[in-house]
Amino acid sequence: MTAAAVPIPDHLRRASGRERRAVVDRSMRIVTLACTVIAIIPLVALLAFVTINGVAALNVDLITKPPRALGIGGGAVTAITGSIQMVALATLIAVPVGLSAGVYVSELAGHRTAGVIRFAADVLVGIPSILVGVFVFTFLVLPFKQYNAFAGSVALAVIMVPVIMRTTEEILKLVPGDLREASLALGIRRWRTVLSVAVRVGWPGILTGIMLAVARAAGETAPLIMTALGSRLLNIGDFGRPMDALPLFIYQNARQPYPALNEQAWGAAFLLLLAVLVINILVRARSLRGTSR
Amino acid sequence: MTTDEQRSVAPAQAPTAEAAAGGTGAASPKIEVRDLDVYYGAFRAVKGVTMAVRPRSVTAVIGPSGCGKSTFLRTLNRMHELAPKARVEGTVLLDGANVYDPAVDPVRLRRYVGMVFQRPNPFPTMSIYDNVVAGIRLAGRSSRSELDGIVERSLRRAALWNEVKDKLREPGTSLSGGQQQRLCIARAIAVDPEVVLMDEPASALDPVATLRIEELIAELRTNYTIVIVTHNMQQAGRVSDETAFFTMDEDRAGYLVEFGPTREIFTNPREQLTEDYVSGRFG
Amino acid sequence: MTVLLDPRRLQSRRLSRLPDRAFVGGTGAVGAGIVALLVLILVLLATNSALTWQTFGLSFVTGTVWDPVAAVYGALPFIAGTIFSSAIAIVIAAPIGLLTAIFLAEYASRRIAVPLTFIIELLAAIPSVVIGLWGVFVLGPFLKVTVESFMVDAFGWIPIFRGPAFGIGLFAAGVILAIMILPTIVTISREILVAVPPAQREAMYGLGATRWEVISHVVVPIARSGIIGAIILGLGRALGETLAVTMVIGNGQDIPRSLFDQAQTLSSKIATSFNESEVGLQTSSLIALGLILLVITIVINVVARVFVGHATAAEAGLR
Repeated sequence: MTAAAVPIPDHLRRASGRERRAVVDRSMRIVTLACTVIAIIPLVALLAFVTINGVAALNVDLITKPPRALGIGGGAVTAITGSIQMVALATLIAVPVGLSAGVYVSELAGHRTAGVIRFAADVLVGIPSILVGVFVFTFLVLPFKQYNAFAGSVALAVIMVPVIMRTTEEILKLVPGDLREASLALGIRRWRTVLSVAVRVGWPGILTGIMLAVARAAGETAPLIMTALGSRLLNIGDFGRPMDALPLFIYQNARQPYPALNEQAWGAAFLLLLAVLVINILVRARSLRGTSR
Repeated sequence: MTTDEQRSVAPAQAPTAEAAAGGTGAASPKIEVRDLDVYYGAFRAVKGVTMAVRPRSVTAVIGPSGCGKSTFLRTLNRMHELAPKARVEGTVLLDGANVYDPAVDPVRLRRYVGMVFQRPNPFPTMSIYDNVVAGIRLAGRSSRSELDGIVERSLRRAALWNEVKDKLREPGTSLSGGQQQRLCIARAIAVDPEVVLMDEPASALDPVATLRIEELIAELRTNYTIVIVTHNMQQAGRVSDETAFFTMDEDRAGYLVEFGPTREIFTNPREQLTEDYVSGRFG
Repeated sequence: MTVLLDPRRLQSRRLSRLPDRAFVGGTGAVGAGIVALLVLILVLLATNSALTWQTFGLSFVTGTVWDPVAAVYGALPFIAGTIFSSAIAIVIAAPIGLLTAIFLAEYASRRIAVPLTFIIELLAAIPSVVIGLWGVFVLGPFLKVTVESFMVDAFGWIPIFRGPAFGIGLFAAGVILAIMILPTIVTISREILVAVPPAQREAMYGLGATRWEVISHVVVPIARSGIIGAIILGLGRALGETLAVTMVIGNGQDIPRSLFDQAQTLSSKIATSFNESEVGLQTSSLIALGLILLVITIVINVVARVFVGHATAAEAGLR
């Protein structure tokens, strides 16, 4: 039996710290870490500035008063109510459409058809949102020579549909096939099987997709510029006329040369960011926990 | 502890025909494992292993699945450290030097204790040629002719040269499963390791390819020390000089039941557990 | 679900098939509608810009003047602005994004990687207009006194680095875009890196490779086409991004000659001019800019998906 271990031979020893391979290995760990920090800095800086400037600009007027028709002052209540109305209508349009398309692609369509529709949806997701605005402008604004909130809602819906469709599809794929087979074997019709088994089981996930689509629509500005236009007047329920939205309000006020208006932009940005991030964090954190199980 | 060692190390030192032919002398084992425990976090996967591997021999590690034999194999070149929270207690000596000494660089250790895996895993982005020299290129620049020489020597030793010498530029993944595994063996021996660890190297292959791998192991024995994990008892009987039988204890930790010359393990084991296993009894 | 046991359902086969057919037909029509929507976008942008194409032909693409008073319209300055700002974004975001993805996939423990990835994904959820606001009031002024003034001082003698720098212009737009496309590059690249089979890594470790050698010799080459796809997807996002760019790029009407010049991209030009434009040739020309942008982004997206698709298919084959 060997008594004690012999000294470590040189060829197994850790490098002296100057050997090129070891140096490269250690440096790259630091470099990749540094890049991660660099990637996160903008988020931290942005959150910090929006929070600091935004909270400072918050006041009761901002959420209760419309902007002054002339001059400076007032609040963003037109924008807040406008965003809620347009996003709500867009959701009403987009959910049935996105859901149906998602169900069709994952449950009913042939392999080929599904591929074509999925491809179209992926391309739609990649289309710059401003072009969706231009597209809707050509048939819902131009013929009537009137910017209107309905066109804004449709534009937002066009942006939401492929997102809802793709998440619905992905979620339904995860629903175990034997659940469906069990239902079909019981003699339950296909439509009932799909709706009461697949969609019901996948509903929490589908809801996640809808919420993310809502968050995305709420933050969209570009497609509203040439549809809903924005407005300084309070518009409740008249979708035939221009309507303001929080993103439009921020965009307009950020471009003005008056610090008071810039401040309002920060305040509105804080509200918008808060809403969007809360939805995202709640929804994503839930789905994170869901997948880890 | 002393009795443990005597139980498992002593049979290894019993002179066998292979040991005599090896000529290195049984007194200095190539690898010596003492009281090795392996943990994943709080879970002890392997406990109390003590055994010695003679140079230029084939040592088989057998046992039911889940008995920690693969885990044990990976501790010999510290590959288990790639798993998060894995750690060992005890010592593994390579030529008498403790590979768990803080001064040892696991990256360098693996250069001398190479590994062949369960499934053939040639690098898909590299040609056959580049696969073989992948390890050599890490060490620094070599001349073209040096590399050519290493490629031919390694592929010849892996009994693959004649089949691939005309298509060295083709991707390694273009070969059949058995050829891929021999390519992986060529890749492992190209860096000229002293020990080659094989983790069920033929389990993903058909019988013909398996036979070729077994023949190859017998040839490689003249140059390398080989430790092979296998779930195939017949294979262990065919290729190895010595066999270690592992099983799982009630606490789900794997441990070494018996270690000795392969012939004895299979024909005249000292432990009832070993006899049950090699004779196919269980439960 | 007691209805299941209702014997009448067995008899009335014909009738009960009807809802099934209606269901498949209805959802199928909506599915077809998705494809139709894509086609319709292309068609409507084409027909509504027809006047411009008839008036200028392809010289609209190469024209360098945009003058509503003279009714002369050319898209080249905006195409150039789009390409330059996206190029700056890619030059910054691709290496940082890839190295970040490598850190998250290879170096960081799961406990760190999961929340960090989550945080970077959150960056993608921030509305463009909020990023633009921050860009105008915080990032732009910061760049002006740091990076930009340094580059002007050090390299100002090279024409493309010529000052003065305002913190508003092509470079600021490129930086904003880089920040906005980082999440795309990081999250997709990370997923592709994580999907590289452990067996390939182990094989390299077994040869005595350091971690970086395993990454650079094995993992990244295997993931290469997926990473390229991720970068192209990021490029697609940069090309079409509107609001944040509009807010920080300034309002230059010429082809930019320096990194710090004010410029316009295709999308920012549409955003800033659409409401003030006269229906007719001017609106038609703005829509024509949109059509150019649409074609570019569709091509880029299709190419990117081919790359990412190949990558996942190749990895599936490896497993």
